[in-house]
Amino acid sequence: MIKLFKIRGGVHPQDRKQLSANQAIENLPLPPLLHIPLQQHIGAPAEPLVRRGETVLKGALLARSQGAISAPVHAPTSGRIMGIGGFPAHHPSGLSVRTITLQPDGNDAWVDHLDPVADPFTLQPDDIARRVAEAGIVGMGGATFPAAVKLNLRNRYALHTLVINGAECEPYLTCDDRLMREQPDEVLDGVLILARGLGVERILFAIENNKPEAFAAMNSAAHAYSQVEVVGLPTRYPMGSEKHLVQTLTGRETPARGLTADIGIVVQNVATALAVHEALRHARPLISRVMTVSGGAIRQPRNIHVPLGTPLSSLIDFCGGFKQKPARLISGGPMMGQPVPSIRVPVVKGSNGLLALTEEEVRLRSEMPCIRCASCVHACPCGLLPLDMAAQIRVGSLDASVNLGLLDCIACGSCAYACPSHIPLVHYFNYAKGELAARQRAQHKQNETKRLIIIRKARMEALKQAKHEMMMKRKRELATAKQRNTETPSTEVGA
Amino acid sequence: MIEERPAPGPYTHAGTSVNRIMLLVMLALAPATLLGFYLFGWPAILLFLTTLLTAVLAEMLALKLAGKPVRKFLLDGSALLTGWLLAMTLPPWAPWWTGAVGALIAILIGKQVFGGIGQNLFNPAMVARVVLLISFPLEMTLFQQPLPLCSASAPGFIDSLAISFGNYTPVDAVSSATLLGQIKTELGRGVPFDRAALDAGSLWRSSWGDVAGSMGETSALLLLTGGLLLIYKRIITWHIPCAMLGTLALLAALFNLIDPVRYVDPLTHLTSGAAVLGAFFIATDLVTSPVSRQGQLLFGAGCGLLVYVIRTWAGYPEGVAFAVLLMNACTPLIDHYLKPRIYGRDSKGEPLNYVESASGDER
Repeated sequence: MIKLFKIRGGVHPQDRKQLSANQAIENLPLPPLLHIPLQQHIGAPAEPLVRRGETVLKGALLARSQGAISAPVHAPTSGRIMGIGGFPAHHPSGLSVRTITLQPDGNDAWVDHLDPVADPFTLQPDDIARRVAEAGIVGMGGATFPAAVKLNLRNRYALHTLVINGAECEPYLTCDDRLMREQPDEVLDGVLILARGLGVERILFAIENNKPEAFAAMNSAAHAYSQVEVVGLPTRYPMGSEKHLVQTLTGRETPARGLTADIGIVVQNVATALAVHEALRHARPLISRVMTVSGGAIRQPRNIHVPLGTPLSSLIDFCGGFKQKPARLISGGPMMGQPVPSIRVPVVKGSNGLLALTEEEVRLRSEMPCIRCASCVHACPCGLLPLDMAAQIRVGSLDASVNLGLLDCIACGSCAYACPSHIPLVHYFNYAKGELAARQRAQHKQNETKRLIIIRKARMEALKQAKHEMMMKRKRELATAKQRNTETPSTEVGA
Repeated sequence: MIEERPAPGPYTHAGTSVNRIMLLVMLALAPATLLGFYLFGWPAILLFLTTLLTAVLAEMLALKLAGKPVRKFLLDGSALLTGWLLAMTLPPWAPWWTGAVGALIAILIGKQVFGGIGQNLFNPAMVARVVLLISFPLEMTLFQQPLPLCSASAPGFIDSLAISFGNYTPVDAVSSATLLGQIKTELGRGVPFDRAALDAGSLWRSSWGDVAGSMGETSALLLLTGGLLLIYKRIITWHIPCAMLGTLALLAALFNLIDPVRYVDPLTHLTSGAAVLGAFFIATDLVTSPVSRQGQLLFGAGCGLLVYVIRTWAGYPEGVAFAVLLMNACTPLIDHYLKPRIYGRDSKGEPLNYVESASGDER
């Protein structure tokens, strides 16, 4: 057992995982329509390759990746493309994004040109990264950063350790727990392939101690591999934050504004590892995922294997509907999850949970003034002063909040969770970060405009200069000609 | 089914609230308060009620004037707690108007002119106490020997009304200086500090609280119990009380060692006056103390130092209120300079750089 290190702050929310932890993963029946957004990841949206009316097989490429940071999208089942257009996004705004609508034909027939690898460990890291990219795999813990881009970090950083994040520190969520319990060998295989893809020798598989069954399952699966160490983590939120997980395991902090790769470590999620196993061993792209549907308002909490693009309403129906009117409908965990704009929105690659929470679970109360109790200061895992940052943001001093460390905030929500005045601290920080980004864009635009104006001015000046010179030249020519004429008129006449 | 108004996350909460904090503090104060009621009888109870009632009325008035929701802010319990703390520090038989004037000063000048709950720079109860002490030195330093409720010599309810609201002093009442006051006077007269007067029995009495003193300050033990409850309930942390009492005890021990005749021993310092009440309930006031752990240690140590200095060398026998107010004034400064280190940054705020230090442990 390796020595663990203490992280600062953190909170202990009621984990309520027992609601769904003992529910085995079940397959969701195919819904009548799938809505597959072209943007399910961080980066540029995918570029559609299919047309309306076309029939596609399961696993077919629907849209290709576009740009360095992007991910392709594949057909979750066989069927007919009903259209490509705007559809409400899986995002609190509910704004529409380009979405491919697919009507399943019920055959669920795979494409026939599958090309699995018998032994992925003979592949070069570049080939593994390419296959991971082609399978459209993104970080499935919720961040949805393209996994292949993370694999390619090996080209720029000296990496030595792969950390698998099985902390699942968000309350309620049990999908990773179930994956580790039910498919430990497949998960481990994906982990080993990822390690091969990164070219690292050491693997730390970290699981919070509130999941003893998952720990036992992974431990026995990893028994044969000396390079893999399964580590039990103390249960504390936000243990699953990449940088804090690495600190717990190694005692080293990731430098501010940096990546864990700066200290030689890459972190991947359990579900991502399973997706890599599927992609390499079975040549299956990322077209489905496991989600936890839970919360006090859900009749039967479940862990469900869901095709991407399934409307959330189908999941709720599959779980027997609502026991009572939910006070909040949340995508993800209660700490960092986002409200769902409508139950029509589809499941995407980063959806790990759907929670229907009761009034009593949400514990929403009216906001009071800050009493400087410092609960937020003690809860912050990043060593920030949330109360001061919020006070600065409230009066519009965004720069002052940046000086206090706004950009080091990981938006984990520990401060707002602990605040006795129920001040929506994270909300302030998210607002400020958004506002700063907008200002930065505006500043960039202004600089660009200024630059273009200067260039235009220079161009106009040059043009004017050129015109002027041309005129002068003409004048000179004329003058010379005139002169020549007066000097030798006879020549002209003679000519 | 979908919420009309999107509410920001997180969608769960620790379940704490401002009024829960205030209620817990009052609960922690209750044992010492009840002992105060018992020891000093009806006059103390009447003074306590007058102070609390005035505090609540003043809060209502101020909220009305400020156009703030009265019910919401009144129910947070902060005005009640301020009044309670002030009452704890008053001489138990002081006339009713000391409590009323004190509560008005605490709520209106100490708290509401700054903008209400969370905005005040100084501990409102201590502001009031200091103003009272300076303005009405006679009333504020006239302490009674305990006359336990229902004992033969204790004043009855009617007599008590006369004591608090009239200007009546019963014959049985024995006014007395506090222990600290007594020591100060004796030392001031050049009489050496008599250790024998402080035998084990008197130390026990002053720890338990059966001595002359402010209404709620006398029982160091009950206050300590309440303080430990607050630490257990995570309303306060150990930093301020430990730093304050530790510094006080350390200084007292040091000087006592140098000259036991002129300097009082540390146990007497800890068990008398407002030391324990101040350390657990007043210096730890959330609004007016620093937010970082380092800051709280410094703040507590500063309070302890000032208490010792004032008690030993200044004109007043007790210095907790002055010490806390002076350190309150330093809180913004302490908060500015002592901040927690940000993750991934060094103490100066620059991003960590492993390149320089990376040599042996790099794998």
